[in-house]
Amino acid sequence: MRPRWRAHPVLCLRAERVSAMETGFVEIRNLHKHFGEVRAVDGVDLSIKEGELLVLLGPSGCGKTTLMRMIAGLEVPTAGQILIGGEEVDEDVPPRARGVAMVFQSYALYPHKTAYDNIAFPLQAAGMAPAAIRGRVQGAAKRFSIGHLLGRRPRQLSGGERQRVALSRAVVRDPKVFLFDEPLSNLDAQLRAIARYELKELQRELGTTTVYVTHDQVEAMGLGDRIAVMNQGKVRQVGTPQHVYDHPADTFVATFLGSPPMNLLEQDAHTILGFRPESFVPRQDIPAGTDAAVFQFKVRQVEYLGADRLIYGAVDTPHRAGQTVIADLPVTITTPVAEGRAYEFAVPRRALRHFDAATGLARDRGAA
Amino acid sequence: MRPRRLVRYAKRVVLYLVALAFTAFAVFPFYWMLLTAFKANRDLYVGGTVLTHVPWIFNAPPTLEHIELLFRQTLYLTWVRNTIWIGLVVVAITLVLAVPAGYALARLTGRWGERLGIGVFLTYLVPPTLLFLPFSRMIAWLGLQNSQWALVLVYPTFTVPFCTWLMMGFFRSIPRDIEEQAMIDGYSRFTVIRKVVLPLGISGVLTATIFAFTLVLQDFVYALTFISAVPRMTVSLGVPVALVRGDVFYWGSLMAACLITSIPIAVVYNLFIDRFIQGLTAGAVKG
Ligand SMILES: Nc1ncnc2c1ncn2[C@@H]1O[C@H](COP(=O)(O)OP(=O)(O)O)[C@@H](O)[C@H]1O
Ligand SMILES: [Mg+2]
Repeated sequence: MRPRWRAHPVLCLRAERVSAMETGFVEIRNLHKHFGEVRAVDGVDLSIKEGELLVLLGPSGCGKTTLMRMIAGLEVPTAGQILIGGEEVDEDVPPRARGVAMVFQSYALYPHKTAYDNIAFPLQAAGMAPAAIRGRVQGAAKRFSIGHLLGRRPRQLSGGERQRVALSRAVVRDPKVFLFDEPLSNLDAQLRAIARYELKELQRELGTTTVYVTHDQVEAMGLGDRIAVMNQGKVRQVGTPQHVYDHPADTFVATFLGSPPMNLLEQDAHTILGFRPESFVPRQDIPAGTDAAVFQFKVRQVEYLGADRLIYGAVDTPHRAGQTVIADLPVTITTPVAEGRAYEFAVPRRALRHFDAATGLARDRGAA
Repeated sequence: MRPRRLVRYAKRVVLYLVALAFTAFAVFPFYWMLLTAFKANRDLYVGGTVLTHVPWIFNAPPTLEHIELLFRQTLYLTWVRNTIWIGLVVVAITLVLAVPAGYALARLTGRWGERLGIGVFLTYLVPPTLLFLPFSRMIAWLGLQNSQWALVLVYPTFTVPFCTWLMMGFFRSIPRDIEEQAMIDGYSRFTVIRKVVLPLGISGVLTATIFAFTLVLQDFVYALTFISAVPRMTVSLGVPVALVRGDVFYWGSLMAACLITSIPIAVVYNLFIDRFIQGLTAGAVKG
C-alpha cells in the first residue's frame, strides 16, 4: 500500500531534512481529523520551533487534544502531514518511535506500579541498565521534590504529587518533544500558579520543544512563547501572547483572550469596533492631547475587586443603541463612578481594533 | 418528633427483616444439606408419617454412615479428580481464547464492537439441552464417545463466550489513557498488554477462572450425554448416578456429596463477589 519510494530511507530523509531546516522542529501541514461528521481538526498548519513552548489554546471541544494525539501517534490523521525533527511521522511510525513524552490530563499513572516504577518504566523500555535507571529516576524525583514518595502507589498520592510523578516520568528520558494536555487543570488554583511557574522554568532549562494544551487563557498567556488559538478545529491565530492579545486576528480571538473579554461594538453595518476593558477609561484620565474616541457610558453596575474596578454599562453608536460594554479601571484611577449615571469615557485610538462585521476578521491585521 | 422516629425504626426493622429473609434463603440449602448428611436414617425417613416429628433438628444423634458410604462405596474421589483435571484444562483453553477476545472487543469501539460483544454473549444463552444433539453427532464423528476429551472439547463452547463477555467488562474498566501512555513510553501494543493490561486485569482473569470452573462443575447434560463409564464421570454426573438407584435416593450421601463439593466454591465466590458484579456490569454499561 505504501508507495515504494518511501521505503528508501536515504532519499526521502534527505529531502525531508532540507525542508525542515527552513521550518519548525515540529511541522504540521494541512492536518485533518474527522470523526464521521465531526471535523475535530479541520486543516491545521502549524510550525513549532526548536526549543519553544507553544500553547494550543481554545475552548473545550475545539480539537486541541485530537491534534496533540495525532502528534503523539495515538490517532491517525484523516489527511495531512506531521514532521518531527525533519522526519515525517505517518501511521507507520508508532508512538514509541516518535521520541515524544506526553502528560495526559488524567496523568495516566500506572496504578499497579509505585512512583519509582512509574518513572522508571520508559527507561526500562529503552533497555537501560538498572543502575543507570536508578540514577535517572532519583535525579528526576529530586527535581520535582518527590524523592520521599517514590515507594508509594498512585492512589496513595495527592493530586499535586501525582502531577509531579507524571512530569518526572515525562522528563526522565530526554524526549525530543513534550506534549502536555492540560496537565494543571486537575490542581486547585493555588497549586496551579506554582506549578505553572515551575513548568515554565523546567522547560526553559531543558530547552525541549513543547506543545502545551489548555483552555485557560491565563495559563496560555503566562506560559507560552507563542500561542496558537484554536476554534472549531482550526487555528485562528498564532503569535506571541502580547501580539495575540493586542492584535487579535478575529472577533473570536478577541473575546476568547482577556478577562473580561474585549468589548465589541457594532459601529456600522460593515465594521465592528473592538477595545480592551482596560483601555476604556474616564475621559479626564486620558492624557490631554491623546487622540481618543469618546463615548457616553451609561453605568449600570460597579464591582470592586481589590486591585481594580469592573464597570458594566452601555454605550450607543449611531448604528445601534444600548450595546453592553465593560470597563476595567485599575486602582490608580480614582475618578468616582456611580451606578445609574452616565459619564464620558474614552479609548485611545491606537487601542481601537476594527473587524469586518461579515467575516469577523481584523481589518488592521499586522499593524503591530 | 415521635412519629418520625417511629417511621425510622419501622424502616430499619423492615430492612433487617428483608435482609434476614434473603440470608435465610441463601443459607437454608446449606443447612439442609448439613443436617441431612449427618442424620441417621431412622431420623431422616419419618417426616411424612409421624406428625410430631420436627424435621429441622437432629432427633437422633448424628451419624457418619452417609459420609462413609459416599467415600467407601462410590467413586466420589475419582469423580472429584476427574472434575478437577477436566476443569483445569477447560479453564486453560478458556483463558487462552477469552482473554485476548475480551480485550479486542473492549478496545474495538463503535457499533461493531458493541454488536460483536452482544453476539458473543447470545451464543452463551443457547441452552445445552438444544445443543447436545448436534454435539453428540460431532463427538461421535471424532470418535470421542465415552471419553473425557469430549467434555474438554464441548465445555469451552459456553465458558469461552461467557468469559469473553466478562473479560470485556474488566478491560473496559481500564482507562485507555494508561495503555496509550505505555505506548508513548516506548512499548509495543503487545508488550503493553503483557506489562500493563494483564496486571491491571488480573482480578478479571481470576474471576473468569472461577466462573469457567464452576460452569464445568455444574454441567450435567453434556456429561450424561458423552460419558457412560462410571470411573470417567464427573462429580455432577457420578453422584446422582451412583446414589439414586431406581427410586431409592441415598439422601444422606447425596447431601454429603453436594455439601463437600459446593463449600469450596461458595467460599471462593464470596471472596470475589464484588469483582464479579464489577465485571458483569462494566460489560453491560455502554462505555
Ligand atoms: N474518538 C472520538 N470519536 C468521536 N469524536 C471524537 C473523538 N475524539 C474527539 N472527538 C470529538 O472531536 C472534537 C474535539 O475533541 P477534543 O480534541 O477532545 O477537543 P479539546 O481537547 O479541544 O477539548 C469534539 O467534538 C469531540 O467530541
Ligand atoms: Mg482536551
